Amino acid sequence: MEPYTSLNLIREDLKSGKITCCELVEYYLKNIEDHKYLNAFLEVYTEEAQETAKKVDVKIKEGTAGPLAGLVVSIKDVLCHLDHGLQASSKILEGFQSQFNGTAVQRLIDADAIIIGRTNCDEFAMGSSNENSAFGPVLNAIDNERVPGGSSGGAAVSVQADMCLVALGSDTGGSVRQPAAFCGVIGLKPTYSRISRHGLMAYASSFDCIGLLAKNVDSIAATLEVIAGKDDYDSTVSQKPVPHYSQNLTPDSEYKIAYIRETMEAEGINEEVKAKTVEAIEKLKSNGHQVDAVDFPLLDYLLATYYILTTAEASSNLSRYDGVKYGFRSPHTHDLESMYKKSRSEGFGHEVKTRIMLGTFVLSASYYDAYYTKAQKVRRMIRDETKKILSKYDFIVLPTSPTTAFKLGEHSEDPLEMYLADLFTVQSSVSGLPTISIPNGKDNGGLPIGLQIVSDDFQEEKILAFSNYLINLN
Amino acid sequence: MIDTSVREKYTAVIGLEVHAQLLTKTKIYNTDANAYGHSPNTNVSVITLGHPGTLPKLNKKVVEYAIKMGLACGCDISREQIFDRKNYFYPDLPKGYQLTQDRTPICMNGHVTVFPKNGEPRDITLNRIHIEEDAGKSIHLAGETDSLVDFNRAGVPLIEIVTEPAIRSSEEANSFLTEVRKLVRYLDICDGNMEEGSLRCDANISVMLKGSTTLGKKVEVKNMNSIRNVQRAIDHEIERQIAEIEKGNTIFSETRTFDAATGTTAGMRTKEELNDYRYFPDPDLSPLIVSEEWLKEIEATMPSLPNDLLAKYVKEFNLPEYDAQVLTDTKEIAAYFEALCGKTSNYKAASNWVMGPVKSYLNDSNENIEDLSVTPENLAEIIQLVDESKVSFSAASQRLFPAMLKGDGQSALATAESLGLIQDSDSDSIGELIDEVLAAFPDKVAAYRKGQKGLIGMFMGEVMKKSNGSADPKITNELLRNKLA
Repeated sequence: MEPYTSLNLIREDLKSGKITCCELVEYYLKNIEDHKYLNAFLEVYTEEAQETAKKVDVKIKEGTAGPLAGLVVSIKDVLCHLDHGLQASSKILEGFQSQFNGTAVQRLIDADAIIIGRTNCDEFAMGSSNENSAFGPVLNAIDNERVPGGSSGGAAVSVQADMCLVALGSDTGGSVRQPAAFCGVIGLKPTYSRISRHGLMAYASSFDCIGLLAKNVDSIAATLEVIAGKDDYDSTVSQKPVPHYSQNLTPDSEYKIAYIRETMEAEGINEEVKAKTVEAIEKLKSNGHQVDAVDFPLLDYLLATYYILTTAEASSNLSRYDGVKYGFRSPHTHDLESMYKKSRSEGFGHEVKTRIMLGTFVLSASYYDAYYTKAQKVRRMIRDETKKILSKYDFIVLPTSPTTAFKLGEHSEDPLEMYLADLFTVQSSVSGLPTISIPNGKDNGGLPIGLQIVSDDFQEEKILAFSNYLINLN
Repeated sequence: MIDTSVREKYTAVIGLEVHAQLLTKTKIYNTDANAYGHSPNTNVSVITLGHPGTLPKLNKKVVEYAIKMGLACGCDISREQIFDRKNYFYPDLPKGYQLTQDRTPICMNGHVTVFPKNGEPRDITLNRIHIEEDAGKSIHLAGETDSLVDFNRAGVPLIEIVTEPAIRSSEEANSFLTEVRKLVRYLDICDGNMEEGSLRCDANISVMLKGSTTLGKKVEVKNMNSIRNVQRAIDHEIERQIAEIEKGNTIFSETRTFDAATGTTAGMRTKEELNDYRYFPDPDLSPLIVSEEWLKEIEATMPSLPNDLLAKYVKEFNLPEYDAQVLTDTKEIAAYFEALCGKTSNYKAASNWVMGPVKSYLNDSNENIEDLSVTPENLAEIIQLVDESKVSFSAASQRLFPAMLKGDGQSALATAESLGLIQDSDSDSIGELIDEVLAAFPDKVAAYRKGQKGLIGMFMGEVMKKSNGSADPKITNELLRNKLA
């Protein structure tokens, strides 16, 4: 079987009888088996996927199949899937199974998508390299000595190595976009609140988004239109109607695009990444689009704002993992206090503990105003300033990451260096704006480079159409 | 006991924090049943248990109930509701934080009027009323090393009513709680049951020398499961603090627990650590806006409140304050009385009937007034029969009312007729008065019968007095002679 990248094509071939869902599933299962060493999956639902494929094949014959029939999807280990393991790649949830389907997962199932397995990630989605997993790192399929990015590293590799068509990940500060860039695939973080967070394990609630990865825009569009939209279980989800993204992928003839001057001059930006970004800008210009450099002086405050607010929320969100009700409880305890301390010390990994402590600190009474309150104000400014640019331009384009995929262990000594990997992705996260990362060529070593496209709130339709256009332009 | 003269030197400063569990059908952030007394861990969904991936969704009834309490206390209602996380670890707290309102309580200011036993009515200013969720219950079984947790109560909606440190005595505290309990019951938002913990009270108590402007260090007292115990705990704590100060010791801020068996408080064995709850706005709940329209809707559903009714009974019905207090003691009695006063204009008689025969029957029978078979209409009819002298009060209260309690649905008139209680002529009522007079003077009756016929004048005078001069002298004289014959 030739690798598929487009759900449209799969649908056509299913309809014509050229392939069956069973064959598709076998194809992906074989790829998963062949790429086991990449460590992308924590669990593969072999029999279940085969069973579902059979049922969907029958439905296709009967003409009763749902809109995502033929879609084989992986889900990141932070998405609740009834009676399936759920650990956020952490020891603290040892043996835990979700007792419900999250909204996105339920909608996938209802639409006849086939869930093939759950993917590895950084513990509690905290990380930019997928090295913070209790189940070991995920390897980049292009270069096995390099990281796939994180935190949705398993998700990115599952698409990269053709182990499924679409992957659901989560993006709090770039966790879908950055691994997409490192792996040479497309990664979309929709507008905050576009997809219900019911059934998405919380890292930083006011930032967390379910994101989608695939090799083709139409596959992302078709999946997004199924899983997005209002939901009774999430009071923060947007009530806005969901457009038919997959039907509206025709681009406009002329766009107004901004790029942020400061990003191109940022410390640590790799020359090749910069050159490819400039190349993309030039190409857009030569195709008749207006591209201007704009200033964004708040760039220096992005990472601080992001890390103060996300760690604050995380310190509270992760309090529930205490060894009392479920998951891991340390065997070395003799009373309540030692149960808490030991269970959490032994159950959480180093990065997670670092962030819990950081968050606890910034929320503590003596420092609250200096850090949390101030960061909230700066967050508002960042959003306002970014939206101001977007009131004049259709998109902002910027590199996804300052570098291409780095080597395993390369940044493990200095967390600050690792945090710099998020420099270009956190702006949209802090602002809640929809952003996609699309492949933008490769460096001299053949490592993929990503380009981000940011638009105003709920402009996913526009982003997808533009991305489709830009990818085909390359 | 400390000496009264010593006690007199000090003023007590008391603030109360009252938690009331709201009577919503479901919990505050999900659709689990809000019910007391079910088997442990039966009303627990993944949301109550704080499983990964779950989110709260606010039950709007909770906001409505809290607003009702705020309106009843004359509070300002906040129009934008933000919910905060209060972070701390405890096994009965499934999420590791409690959802509460720190910076934006739903109700601010306002007051509750107290009527202390030995003092003047006074308004106690409220600091705030806010919404929060209850925690589960830790259960420590004797002989077991492991503790158990029941999460049925986790997520039960609460309002916390916080007073300013404005209460001056245990009697005022008692009255405050009585009034709060009355209010929540009138509003039908909480059952007010302190024994089952649906109404709970913590007291912050300090003492200072009279005339001082610096408040003493406050001590928080917990674990009082009745209004009486709150009063006892406060009394004890005031005495204890004064005694300590008199001994030259200093009072330090601490949490103490009340022991109902001994009537004393004892320091809890918690470490002297500063709790930092790291409050911050919950990002999982969007701010809730209370619109003008919604507020108006809630206002429209407000029932009559005890103090409004009390004022009405005193001012419009000319009833004594005591009567008005008793009649408004519970919503149900007040409702009965209200209905009764819609059918009769003899308010004093109505009050006497409700406070007398009706209440004593309810006490004896343990029946609720809502279930009373003598309806307000029936009772109004009885009052009318007495007013029209068709039935004497004694016959009405001793025979007619009891007969109607057994209730065969007959009207009061029909029942009185079938019991033969109707006075069909004046002579009947005069005869009753004569009987009473003769019964009161057995010696004089005997003397008359022995020949002192002149006593007839004295008997006539007594009967006339009893009838307020309305008895016909001719008929009276004739009846008297017959009865004395």
